[in-house]
Amino acid sequence: MTCKDFLALLDDLIDDEVSPNMRTELQTHLGRCGHCEVVLNTTRKTIEIYRSHEIYDLPSDLRERLHAAIMSRCKKGC
Amino acid sequence: MPTIQSIAGQLEPHPDVALVERVRGGDVSAYDTLVRKYERQLFRIAQHITQNREDAEDVMQDAFLKAYEKLEQFQGNSKFYTWLVRIAVNESLMRLRKRRTGKMVSIDEDIETDEGSVPRDLADWAPDPEQNYGQAELAEILRKTIQGLPQGFRIVFVLRDVEGLSTEETAETLGLSVPAVKSRLLRARLQLRERLSRYFHKKKGLMETGIVK
Repeated sequence: MTCKDFLALLDDLIDDEVSPNMRTELQTHLGRCGHCEVVLNTTRKTIEIYRSHEIYDLPSDLRERLHAAIMSRCKKGC
Repeated sequence: MPTIQSIAGQLEPHPDVALVERVRGGDVSAYDTLVRKYERQLFRIAQHITQNREDAEDVMQDAFLKAYEKLEQFQGNSKFYTWLVRIAVNESLMRLRKRRTGKMVSIDEDIETDEGSVPRDLADWAPDPEQNYGQAELAEILRKTIQGLPQGFRIVFVLRDVEGLSTEETAETLGLSVPAVKSRLLRARLQLRERLSRYFHKKKGLMETGIVK
């Protein structure tokens, strides 16, 4: 397996959508390719960081104001 | 007809289906519950697409109002949340078009790029790289980095990886094929990784020289 082959399957590996046989092949490649290991780990970390950090905060006062506006218009039949 | 979803091999209706039925029966308080459940997500998605706070506020309100008006059209063959997200994405794109005075805005814009498709930065990151930044500084780095992605990659990454839609749901929501979603997702992930690398590298050189311990 080349690095290009590994990269083509990177998402499937991250999303756990590879067959057991393919997983073994990918692991074998990882065992001897430090670069692909870095790409895999840092891509996983990239996703995790975006999942776990709120970058567009909705403050509770704004949230309540918007919520009230929506519901008041729905009650009037929009 | 209620949506039937397979959960652990059993067929159970999604909890939103009962709420939608109550709203259809005239119970506005059930809609209050649905709005509360999804308002943060819709606001986030709108802000990611419009990149403007005031637009995101308008989009969020308009999307919930439109969903309420069109609730009869909700078929129940997709999740209520996915249906709602599709409305919010369309409202966001419409808002962008207005802002750009009628210029075409689509999720296919600016995706003809090879940037990031081959990883170039292959140095490892620090073990918990986000610990090296304060919360506000980190949020700014993450915002700036994701805002630099082409629109068509950014939306796919946000729906699939941040908001947790499946590949199929993302494809359905954006009117794209599953292979197109997969291809954009890989490119988005690799571009973000590449751009974040400059902030999250191990401070190897400095540690070796003793400047940082």
